[in-house]
Amino acid sequence: LHFLFSGAKMIKNIISKSLGFIGYTIQYGCIAHCAFEYIGELVVCSGPSMEPTIQNHDVVFSERLSCHLYCIEKGDIVIAKNPSDPKMNICKRVIGLEGDKVCTSSSSDIFKTHTYVPKGHIWLEGDNIKNSTDSRSYGPVPYALIRGRVCFKVWPFHNAGTFGKSPNERVPRNV
Amino acid sequence: MLQGHLPACGCLTAAILALGSYQPFFNASSQELMRPSLNPEGRQASDIVLLNRWSVRNYQVQRGDVVSLISPKDPQQKIIKRVIALEGDIVKTRGYKNRHVKIPGGHFWIEGDHYGHSFDSNNFGPVSLGLLHARATHIIWPPQRWQKIYPTLPKGHRLLPSANDSSMDEDNE
Repeated sequence: LHFLFSGAKMIKNIISKSLGFIGYTIQYGCIAHCAFEYIGELVVCSGPSMEPTIQNHDVVFSERLSCHLYCIEKGDIVIAKNPSDPKMNICKRVIGLEGDKVCTSSSSDIFKTHTYVPKGHIWLEGDNIKNSTDSRSYGPVPYALIRGRVCFKVWPFHNAGTFGKSPNERVPRNV
Repeated sequence: MLQGHLPACGCLTAAILALGSYQPFFNASSQELMRPSLNPEGRQASDIVLLNRWSVRNYQVQRGDVVSLISPKDPQQKIIKRVIALEGDIVKTRGYKNRHVKIPGGHFWIEGDHYGHSFDSNNFGPVSLGLLHARATHIIWPPQRWQKIYPTLPKGHRLLPSANDSSMDEDNE
């Protein structure tokens, strides 16, 4: 009887420790989820469309607060859901906000064409103009597809730091 | 000291996430546009619907589902509409700039049930699936209108049957 009693006590001990462990895992999981959802996340970028600013396989930190507070500005680099495939993400620079006039013709065209960014949308372009599918192919992107604003690069270390302005003259200056 | 608060924070977060999966939705302005399936008596009595966010985590919706999505014209507003067409379908539009629209990849076509007074794809065109927020599964208030919402295409919808989809024929006008 004594043996059975100590056996039951041991099982009860194991169960309470496991439940405690599961409880802590759930709590830390929830906090991590809130951090990724509302504060920021690390993103591995792939593709050549943002060279030379962001190279293939660079790791950047993107913060979520700007898109929740609706203060994304022209010239910001953002991570957004791909309008043609919501499970993929794209990393581009904001060239125009709603109401802005953007140039849709390339620099080699003789006749320049312009369009106005509709309400609730933004115009995105990659820094690598020649090798980027962006708003010039799929049109203006709804603001709500933005996931975060890229604030600094964390990898590779020798290039780490914040980002400057676009290397192209595509971001219209405010007059 | 933080250790004492951590379990409370954890429980609160878990509760928010659990509720986030199902949310009651109440929006007086957009209810007008889904009569008579939602709000048959107008603004005097607005319906409250239950939204399931978990079922759209992979962006899979059926034609005829009632869904809530972020408005493409105003990112701070959500609208409830019915899914009429998915990518690859061809829709005959009402009041859009083109008579027929083929839905591009990653987009879908939504319409309010109340023809003529609806702010939907006939205004702003096909909508990206990334704007999808949740699927409306039940009407939960008022109690006499408690019902499950089934995915049905409204009579008189203008979805053209695609060549390999013979089951669409009975829903056409």
